[in-house]
Amino acid sequence: MADAPAALGAPLIRREGLEKVTGRARYAVEHRLPGSAHAWPVTARVASGRVLRVDASAALAAPGVLAVLTHENAPRLAEPDDPTLAVLQDAHVPHRGWVVALVVAETLEAAREGAGAVDVEYLAEDHDVLLTPDRPDAYVPEKANGGHPGLREHGDPDGAFASAPVRVDTAYRVPPLHNHPMEPHASTARWTDDGRLEAYCSSQGTTKVRQTLATMFGLPEESVTVRAEHVGGGFGSKGTPRPDVVLASMAALHTGRPVALALPRRDLPQLVGHRAPTLHRVRLGADSDGRIRSLVHEVTTHTSRVREFVEQAAVPGRTMYTSPHSRTVHRVARLDVATPSWMRAPGETPGMYALESAMDELAEALGMDPVELRVVNDCRTEPDTGKPFSSRHLVECLREGARRFGWAERDPRPGARRAGQVLTGTGVASATYPVLVSPSTASARALPDGTFVVRTNATDIGTGARTVLGQVAAEALGAAGDRVRMEIGDSDLPSAPLAGGSSGTASWGWAVHEACTRLARRLAVHRGPLPQDGLEEHADTAGTADAESDHARHAFGAHFAEVGVDTVTGEVRVNRLLGVYAAGRILNPRTARSQFVGGMVMGLGMALTEGSTVDPAFGDFAERDLAAYHVPVNADVLSVEAHWIEEDDPHLNPVGGKGIGEIGIVGTAAAVGNAFHHAVGVRMRELPLTPDRVLDALARRSPERGRA
Amino acid sequence: MGPASRTTLTVNGREHTLTVDNRRVLLDLLREDLDLIGAKKGCDHGQCGACTVLVDGRRVNSCLLLAVTLDGSEVTTVEGLAGPDGEPHPLQRAFLERDAFQCGYCTPGQLCSAVGALAEAAAGHPSAVTGPGVRAGDPVPLGASEIRERMSGNLCRCGAYPRIVEAVEDVIP
Repeated sequence: MADAPAALGAPLIRREGLEKVTGRARYAVEHRLPGSAHAWPVTARVASGRVLRVDASAALAAPGVLAVLTHENAPRLAEPDDPTLAVLQDAHVPHRGWVVALVVAETLEAAREGAGAVDVEYLAEDHDVLLTPDRPDAYVPEKANGGHPGLREHGDPDGAFASAPVRVDTAYRVPPLHNHPMEPHASTARWTDDGRLEAYCSSQGTTKVRQTLATMFGLPEESVTVRAEHVGGGFGSKGTPRPDVVLASMAALHTGRPVALALPRRDLPQLVGHRAPTLHRVRLGADSDGRIRSLVHEVTTHTSRVREFVEQAAVPGRTMYTSPHSRTVHRVARLDVATPSWMRAPGETPGMYALESAMDELAEALGMDPVELRVVNDCRTEPDTGKPFSSRHLVECLREGARRFGWAERDPRPGARRAGQVLTGTGVASATYPVLVSPSTASARALPDGTFVVRTNATDIGTGARTVLGQVAAEALGAAGDRVRMEIGDSDLPSAPLAGGSSGTASWGWAVHEACTRLARRLAVHRGPLPQDGLEEHADTAGTADAESDHARHAFGAHFAEVGVDTVTGEVRVNRLLGVYAAGRILNPRTARSQFVGGMVMGLGMALTEGSTVDPAFGDFAERDLAAYHVPVNADVLSVEAHWIEEDDPHLNPVGGKGIGEIGIVGTAAAVGNAFHHAVGVRMRELPLTPDRVLDALARRSPERGRA
Repeated sequence: MGPASRTTLTVNGREHTLTVDNRRVLLDLLREDLDLIGAKKGCDHGQCGACTVLVDGRRVNSCLLLAVTLDGSEVTTVEGLAGPDGEPHPLQRAFLERDAFQCGYCTPGQLCSAVGALAEAAAGHPSAVTGPGVRAGDPVPLGASEIRERMSGNLCRCGAYPRIVEAVEDVIP
């Protein structure tokens, strides 16, 4: 196997792969602690109001039920930073699906029976859950997610738009979307005799979970340990602590037993965040050569009464294209809905669906090739900040993708390719994702037997973090990879940020690289045998990793899609998806390809099958399980290719990567939507492209369209 | 415990006799009683396939089967796919080599499902995409489209589907 010395860039097999394919890898509720009990939540049946009374007597009478926790008897906790975690602390019901009780029992069956027997009486109040583009109570937040300003304006966007010779003024809708990792949010918690709290938690970052539990339960952080050795996906929804770990910890404290709690699948949409719906209005005004004069992207979205979270969907317009005049603004309405949060590439994913669809409409209005329109509007400095890009190879991605995809042979006329009842079309969209990096710590120890132990509280949620960090360490140490043991996924290890924002490898890798480099230097001058417990070096990248950069740092990419539209059934099939990415240095091609492809598959779902609806009568999501919320299945995914352009960008971090976990989803839905338009000649501006909507759209087609 | 029944199951070649809560599904018996945690609980509703195991050689969603109805059955889980010497099953090797998973949570179900699908095709079970050229009862040749169709009961949110298809193709005799 290609291993040492050039470990970085080698397509190594995942270090924990054998454990995963043999079923030995243990996830959050698979640690068999002696005396464990099981918990099951009871969730609110009203969308707004308060709990008047909880009658737990029938539940407590059920065989095997140990306890019923409610806001009246649950442990009192200190206020968390994230108010969605303040469960069972008062009678208030901020949205339907909020946890109002928790049953603890000897077995899963007893816990579930108990949960069904808890009788909750509510005082229901009127609720207001429907997002519309013109809600008078929608306001411009100071900050959207990621700390981005709610509003940015340059020049005279309205005037420049009005005077532009070619204009597109259009609106798009992206429905609520759900992360639905295959492992539900789950935790096992226990209290030790000396008052320590230990938890196994399905989380993208247990350093933060430990901090949160310590705060809420009034413990020093050293008295809390949270482990996440294997995590069954997260896609943002496990990026912050979720109610499962708080509930399990409370239940364990209340009963004196270890308690395991896996949230039922149907409760996830309400309890672990969702991608908020976004209503977009995009205006692009261009010169006749295609250069954009004015770019206006206005986004309206919702948040809950519990916490303000604003999907930063207008942000990509601040980075993508030349736009001397621009306005990018978010408006948010606080409704009686569940609290939205991160889902893979928050902001960029819905934002680029809208912007890149509008770019396609602009290309059509100009009579210009959509690849060329994007090339014409490429820029060397970031429009919003004026900073030079540290590297930007969007044009190279577009050109390389066009070459690989066979774009040159494309007949630009919509509706020109028909075979029987199927119309085929192709589309393109750009992608972007910011380079994020956070401070991290790590340690590296050389042992007398010639092996190394590298420790950092990274989390491997399926990205291959354990493997890639092993490669970073091996390269910095000049050692064979199999001499390096990686220890991650435990909050007792050197603290580290979460696996999120495509920042994990850069953040952890920076600290690992620094610790290993220091250790290698020390070993180079060390004389004689190593002491019995070895030599160790630490690194802490605070102050360096988070230093402000003089450059705008973003990954870019280009997506190409070919779709077939069945004009009789309304079914849309994505025959081919091809992505080319410029995301810095690719550290492990085998696992990197899986991440890119995985993002594209999730984008395919967003385009064709995934969509959730806030039920106006009940106030929660109508699509709560995997039978109603359709994530793509194997048969939906035909040819998906991911390629990349290696970038050597000195302005990033010592390992040279820009982050790859999210950019694969970013432009996929727009590419599919644009291909749909090319196939049939009708523009659909609301996702997903389900057969019912497609048939409606085809019925709107004018007779001369779509006939070559 | 509520009403319960004595039930005997042979799991991965080992016989177990247990007193089982009549409400207990096979998945919870495997996970909670036998600590065979390879079978995963993704949805508990037969919608995701993470709990797929083989019962008497056929793949099933173990979250939908009451364990006490399976008295006398032979169950194979992902832990039982390896050879007697502990050598991983060729499909397990192919999944590793192809990187046919990321988080790994759906993987045991994908593996058991693929083993079941290969057996079904060999036994001549057609699928929705089997062409008219295949005679009933003859082994169904498995191309990519057959594999995609037959593996569509197993969700993978990491989107490893193309690699899963390749891994299954790798072991087709």
